[in-house]
Amino acid sequence: MQTPTLFALLLLLILVAYGTGFSRALSAARSRGGLRNLASLPSYHGLFTALWCGLPALLLLGAWLIFDDAIIRSMVMHSIADKPDTIAGQNLLYAQIQNLAAGHLVGESSPQLQSAAEHLSQLRNNSNTLQAFLSLVLAVGLGAFALLRFSPELRAREKVEKVLKAILITCACAAIFTTVGILFSVLFESLRFFQSVPVTEFLFGLHWSPQMALRADQVGSSGAFGAVPLFTGTLMVSAIAMLVAVPVGLMAAIYLAEYASKRVRNVAKPILEILAGVPTVVYGFFAALTVAPFIRDLATSMGLQASSESALAAGLVMGIMIIPFVSSLSDDVINAVPQSLRDGALGLGSTQSETVRKVVIPAALPGIVGGVLLAVSRAIGETMIVVMAAGLAANLTANPLDSVTTVTVQIVTLLVGDQEFDSPKTLAAFALGLMLFISTLVLNFIALHVVKKYREQYD
Amino acid sequence: MTNLTQTQVRERIEKRLASRHRKEKLFRGLGIASIAFGILAVVILFSDIISKGSGAFVQTAIELEVHYDAQVLGIEKVDDESLAWANFTGVIRAALRERFPSVTGRSDKRELYSLVSSGAPFNLRDRLAANPELLGTSEKVWFAADDDVDTFVKSLKDSKEGFRGRTSEQKAGWIEQLLQSGELKKRFNTTFFTNGDSREPEQAGIRAALMGSLFTLLVTLALSFPIGVAAAIYLEEYAPKNRWTDLIEVNINNLAAVPSIVFGLLGLAIFINFFELPRSAPLVGGLVLTLMTLPTIIISSRAALKAVPPSIREAAMGMGASRMQVVFHHVLPLAMPGMLTGAIIGMAQALGETAPLLMIGMVAFIVDVPGGVTDPATVLPVQIFLWADSPERAFVERTSAAIMVLLSVLILMNTSAVMLRKKLERRW
Repeated sequence: MQTPTLFALLLLLILVAYGTGFSRALSAARSRGGLRNLASLPSYHGLFTALWCGLPALLLLGAWLIFDDAIIRSMVMHSIADKPDTIAGQNLLYAQIQNLAAGHLVGESSPQLQSAAEHLSQLRNNSNTLQAFLSLVLAVGLGAFALLRFSPELRAREKVEKVLKAILITCACAAIFTTVGILFSVLFESLRFFQSVPVTEFLFGLHWSPQMALRADQVGSSGAFGAVPLFTGTLMVSAIAMLVAVPVGLMAAIYLAEYASKRVRNVAKPILEILAGVPTVVYGFFAALTVAPFIRDLATSMGLQASSESALAAGLVMGIMIIPFVSSLSDDVINAVPQSLRDGALGLGSTQSETVRKVVIPAALPGIVGGVLLAVSRAIGETMIVVMAAGLAANLTANPLDSVTTVTVQIVTLLVGDQEFDSPKTLAAFALGLMLFISTLVLNFIALHVVKKYREQYD
Repeated sequence: MTNLTQTQVRERIEKRLASRHRKEKLFRGLGIASIAFGILAVVILFSDIISKGSGAFVQTAIELEVHYDAQVLGIEKVDDESLAWANFTGVIRAALRERFPSVTGRSDKRELYSLVSSGAPFNLRDRLAANPELLGTSEKVWFAADDDVDTFVKSLKDSKEGFRGRTSEQKAGWIEQLLQSGELKKRFNTTFFTNGDSREPEQAGIRAALMGSLFTLLVTLALSFPIGVAAAIYLEEYAPKNRWTDLIEVNINNLAAVPSIVFGLLGLAIFINFFELPRSAPLVGGLVLTLMTLPTIIISSRAALKAVPPSIREAAMGMGASRMQVVFHHVLPLAMPGMLTGAIIGMAQALGETAPLLMIGMVAFIVDVPGGVTDPATVLPVQIFLWADSPERAFVERTSAAIMVLLSVLILMNTSAVMLRKKLERRW
């Protein structure tokens, strides 16, 4: 039976279970003289039966769909006598068997492959039948069991609510699962990378050229994985972005919070926030096709050499993107500063700007720093702008008119396209991802902590 | 301690007052300048995109008198098999030669043939397949012009000379002739909305990417909304304040600030390499975007739940409702509008996301319009990224036009979120 049909059948069973539970409760209530003589409302009896009928079966089905391919694969590969030693070779062999079983492979194939393909399709058939049989038996059996347990005194509501609460808790843990998933997936591949490239070389090496030769006799067959140029490139682009975003964002927030009339605020704030909603790929296009040529022409007219993809263009546009982020976070903390502090300063005769500079900003400083740290972590992790406008050359340079490359650019270039998952080249992307994840995590953690702690002071 | 008289103090203050007022003005000016800078950036960004992209909504077309000559076509009757073999290119070339009879010589002819799009034979085939009775007759048909011609004609408006590019002097002359006789016109570019991707700019469209975006968003919405709301309900209504729930909270806030490309790495390692789900599929894209948007949805749903006043809960509780009944029958319906606005904003973010989708292979060159969540597909932002990389000049305006479509969808979503919030906002 096909999975969608099975799924539909299960849904139907669940509906039937709900209806049966509901109507049994209703008839029991009628014979006893009213709903008040039931321990729970009929709908909870319905839900109780439906949950017994559906939940275990659906869980089984889900687990089956996740694991059956891997199990079938290991069974098929186990039955083959002379397997290739490498993982890549085994993958290729299994792909061939799969194609043969699906009838896509034309041409000659060895009898061994033939038998393996037959074995595969047979296993798949068996798995399908078994899956349908087991989940249907489970649904019908447990549904019947729940109906047998039916009695007017059954506290169905409490049992249903217990299950629902468990579901809610599981959903709340999704965030933890995601973090653990990120950590494991990235860490695992990174460890494989560090088996072939020493950690010290990765962290302190000055040369980055991840191109690995396909054959051993080619020139430059061993790539260089010194990530320092990437780190400096990332830092340079982020620094330029922050040089744009922090002063502009902060001043805009101060003006909107302290000076602007309500009307100006109502117009200017949403316009600035448009900048935050524009997709990054649009900024990338803007940076690559409008800003970068403009900067190159400007530099040439001033007698400077600028590359067509420059750190300055990427950083400038990234800074524009981050302005609303800085301004709305600073706006929040500035507004959280109590009015009494301002009134005190103004009462002593200071001008408004003096009040802002000497009282409001120092009072809001921890919050602003937290916001800026969050913005830095954003700039470090930003991908599309730098992919489109910063370039690919891993230059170790301090000139913002040169092209530089960043951690995120290298992750994208290493992983886009077809790749083999045991070469250091692709694994390097995961090591870079690990660095990125750890550094942004630390920044976020500090920033969130600072913001939260500061906010509580005035609450 | 001080032996300054009052007048001396006043003098000192007055002396400094002018500079203090200057500083005040400067400070205020800096604030205004910052806001002006931000607004200017918005204006420049939008006008740049619009000025670059508006051209893509029209497409140059050439009218030719074609003769469905059975001999040139090499077919006897119209059926699927013979249409597949028929020589429509020959028919179009013959029509071009007929229009410009003076052209001789191999290279000149080749120039002439390159006036119309290489997709023209397929258009002609579809036309004949739909109207079999045309075989053997003649009619005038509009064909899309080649992208070089298109770029040249569009640039004529800006300057007398126009952007030549790969267009030769001779070809420019033909174009001039066609323009004057009205056989070359700019028409609304329907191809842009009905076609999938193509290597030829004049045949490239955004339909496949739009459908891919739609499927991806459907998967994202179907997963992230229920899970996010459930998580928010647990954290806001049930969770005891202990280490475990603190950990969940910190985690959610941190995840909201993790770079999106890291989610792409997660998707690649887990969904593609471990679970072996199909690459380039909206299903995987949707899963990755779900994980990305979950924190946004959880945070906004919690805010919506928090806004429901405790008196509602207490009243329901007082009537004997269980905690679950309080939440599902009373609190949740009241918080729903706020949750929906949060979901729309989260979906808008997901719609504009590119980087994580590059990781799971949604950058493949895909021409066909996807029909389901497991078909290979690409999404609108990735299509923009791909086109931005193409060397043909005509792709610049198509990229900008695709950006305009993406931005208008986003603006529509965000406005609807704002309107929904305004309309359903409730003061307690």
